[in-house]
Amino acid sequence: MIDPALPPHMRPDNSFQGLILALHAFWADKGCVVLQPYDMEVGAGTFHPATTLRALGPLPWKAAYVQPSRRPKDGRYGKNPNRLQHYYQYQVILKPSPADLQDLYLASLSAIGIDLNLHDVRFVEDDWESPTLGAWGLGWECWCDGMEVSQFTYFQQVAGFECAPVAGELTYGLERLAMYVQGVENVYDLNFNGREGDEKVTYGDVFLQAEEEYSRHNFEHADTDMLFEQFRMAESAAAKYLEAGWEDGSKARHLMAQPAYDQCIKASHVFNLLDARGVISVTERQSYILRVRELAKACGAAWLATAAGGTPAP
Amino acid sequence: MPDLLLELFCEEIPARMQAGAAESLRKLVTDALVERGLVYEGAKAFVTPRRLALAVHGLPAQQPDTHEERKGPRVGAPQGAIDGFLKAAGLASIDQASIESDPKKGEFYVARLHKHGRATPEVIAEIIPQVIRAFPWPKSMRWGKGSTSPTTLRWVRPLQSILCTFGPETEEPEVVAFEVDGLRSGDTTRGHRFLSEGTIRVRRLEDWMAKLEAAFVVVDRERRKDIILNDAKDLALAQGLELVEDAGLLEEIAGLVEWPVVLMGAFDPAFLDVPDEVIRATIRINQKCFVLRDPATGRLASRFILVSNLAASDGGAAIIAGNERVIRARLSDAKFFWETDQKTNATVPLAERLEKFGNVTFHEKLGSQLERIRRIAALAKALAPMVGADPNLAEQAALYAKSDLRTEVVGEFPEVQGLMGRYYARLEGLPEEIAAAAEEHYKPQGPTDRVPTAPVSVAVALADKLDTLVGFWAIDEKPTGSKDPYALRRAALGVVRIVLENGLTVKLGDFAEPDLLSFFADRLKVHLREAGARHDLVDAVFALPGQDDLLLVVKRVEALGRFLATEDGKNLLAGTKRAANILRIEEKKDGVAYEGGVDVVLLHEPEERALADSIAALGPQIEQALAREDFEAAMALLAGLRAPVDAFFEKVTVNAGDPALRVNRLRLLADIRAATRSIADFDRIEG
Repeated sequence: MIDPALPPHMRPDNSFQGLILALHAFWADKGCVVLQPYDMEVGAGTFHPATTLRALGPLPWKAAYVQPSRRPKDGRYGKNPNRLQHYYQYQVILKPSPADLQDLYLASLSAIGIDLNLHDVRFVEDDWESPTLGAWGLGWECWCDGMEVSQFTYFQQVAGFECAPVAGELTYGLERLAMYVQGVENVYDLNFNGREGDEKVTYGDVFLQAEEEYSRHNFEHADTDMLFEQFRMAESAAAKYLEAGWEDGSKARHLMAQPAYDQCIKASHVFNLLDARGVISVTERQSYILRVRELAKACGAAWLATAAGGTPAP
Repeated sequence: MPDLLLELFCEEIPARMQAGAAESLRKLVTDALVERGLVYEGAKAFVTPRRLALAVHGLPAQQPDTHEERKGPRVGAPQGAIDGFLKAAGLASIDQASIESDPKKGEFYVARLHKHGRATPEVIAEIIPQVIRAFPWPKSMRWGKGSTSPTTLRWVRPLQSILCTFGPETEEPEVVAFEVDGLRSGDTTRGHRFLSEGTIRVRRLEDWMAKLEAAFVVVDRERRKDIILNDAKDLALAQGLELVEDAGLLEEIAGLVEWPVVLMGAFDPAFLDVPDEVIRATIRINQKCFVLRDPATGRLASRFILVSNLAASDGGAAIIAGNERVIRARLSDAKFFWETDQKTNATVPLAERLEKFGNVTFHEKLGSQLERIRRIAALAKALAPMVGADPNLAEQAALYAKSDLRTEVVGEFPEVQGLMGRYYARLEGLPEEIAAAAEEHYKPQGPTDRVPTAPVSVAVALADKLDTLVGFWAIDEKPTGSKDPYALRRAALGVVRIVLENGLTVKLGDFAEPDLLSFFADRLKVHLREAGARHDLVDAVFALPGQDDLLLVVKRVEALGRFLATEDGKNLLAGTKRAANILRIEEKKDGVAYEGGVDVVLLHEPEERALADSIAALGPQIEQALAREDFEAAMALLAGLRAPVDAFFEKVTVNAGDPALRVNRLRLLADIRAATRSIADFDRIEG
């Protein structure tokens, strides 16, 4: 149930930011650290080190955050009411996965205004796999009245390593959920700040121009020579940092897993841009994915040799 | 007699795995019971998205007692033998054994072992955890705190509780107590996720079913299907519409709901401009809803049926509104694609559209889609005369046939490929033959799919499949074992069926290398075998050289089958096999292969002369009949050999004392073999 104390403009069913704040309040109350978005371009909230890296190793971890996600190929020049090349994911990661994770998720839907006695919420099989991250898990896409509103995954493997313990991951498609609770048909019509009249700011006010500009960039102008070069640079920098990070040259402790992983993220995003520009052939595509995966695996191995990855300092 | 009730309650089980899981549970548990001497009267498994359950009816309260007699050593045997016996029989001292005597062996020890059967619950408590731990889920997972342990339980999704009771109908049943990975069995379960609260205590099957029904769970999958189907039909009927039935969708939906509530939604009739197949694809695949047909027009109606898992407090209004929103968005996409494609087709000439296929790789070693389309077009043109099609039309149709692959609609809904080509070709005002070929050239998709019959469609369908096969053979990407990633078996079977069902004369040897030809032969064999033909006859015909005309092969096999059903056929087969056997033995002995060259001077016996004359007279006639492809006549002529062959074996000794005579007779046998081989390799025929 939506917090009745909220003023109208803060309500999750009136305001896009109100929706985010309601989720923050909900998950903060459940003991999550509420983080800010990672400061790099990523394709999904999973790439945030707070998920990818923290899912590895034995230490418990609970976090929630919004992650702006870039899917260069999904750009539609601002013309499609549902597709965006930049959108927000709300990401929750709980390690180990709690026994009542489904109930927690459903309670979070109530908190943003989805009445579970009125709406048909369903867990429909959808196994998640990220070939670039060497990760997979089992779970569902969560449907509300026939619309997919979230992804629910029990991570089994990340960066090629078994998750022990298993983490539960929830990913909410924020724009979609907001459109649903606000009853809006076009993403650009979403009320962003919950105000009305002159004070009202819509999603379109904030993002429409960006969608147009980035669609031009992603499909027509992104400098492919530069991108190819950036891919190579990120790949070699990652390898360099990974190599340099092993303490005393032994493989026992790593001192630079996160900077190395940043380069892995970079390589992945650059690959997505190249892919959107249509300059990567089908066969090459597979080999680029494999190259990113190799980086992700090496970063995972490095992370496991850090304190947060479960290897305490001597 | 007592009953067992078991329920494994977990997070949502994928719909596609549910039926298989129920069957596995039933089989694994009942097999294990029977194996342990617990014979039951009946068993039924249940499955919903959140529970997998089994009721076993009429079990004994305990295992039967067993009696075993074990014979031991004779009285007075060495101590070692006695000790061994005691150990094997589980006896503490030899006093526990009795002594029996036998007139031959004298006195010896016998252990009589009586084993009391264990109480059934004890046995069940042993079986169930084993079944749970080894359950054959297609994909299973770990979860929670325990997932760090290598022995942690794996299940399809987190397992939350286990209910297991056992007892006779008239009494309060007991909980069969066991533990699996920290979960203790009990006698409680839960109802519907949203429509029921708290735990429910359950005694036995009837009780479980009734209480769950009251808690908004229909445990019987078939009943859920019936409810969905009947309610959907009723709702449709009330609007004067017909449900477009879809068994696969029904199966899936029955696995997504515990409490099916069937509702009807509507969409803007303006979307009906989009072809029915596209509307159906988007509504079915993306939304798992049924579509409805207007019996007056035969076309889809602007309504759909959705199945919710919730009896909502507003009667379903919000659920319908939500589903309508999603379907509206989906159909707007589909309509946008459909209209965009038409605009593109109207403004961009085909040749220019085709050029775009130059950027699409068909296979890295087989070039682009454009190159492939051009090859298919050339091949379709070449094949056209053999199938009665106009060569230019066939070529044009082949150039058009794949063009829908780059359209927006097919990009979004790959399953309507071909069909969209047909729609678009008509809209572009192309001849109906081209429109039909766009759809039909993919056919047949399997052993039961319809085979194209229109000549232009046939030419393009054959060209498409032959190009695929020849291409993948050239780069050595043939199917192996169960691996056939490019569906080459299906393509070859398609060629076989198109040729046979249209009665076409196509010499595949003109297109296919010998190895590919033998692949066609294999497909034909499988196809004929499934149609009931004897595979040995197919083998016998394919053993002959140059069999690349599938239609002739089939005719020959059929004629051969009829011939072998006659007395003459059976006897000639026996005679020919006898000749072949003798030859095999003697050729091996002599280290030579006999072939022709019978010396008439050495033919002493009248029977051997008669046989030689018959072969000499019939041979050329058989050849002529075969040249006319008149297999019936060839077989009838061959029947003329039966009497001389029979007479020869009755009167003439092949292995004559005189070496010259023996060799001459072996040569005569070789002539029999050769004569029959012009029809088929009789050696490969069974019987």
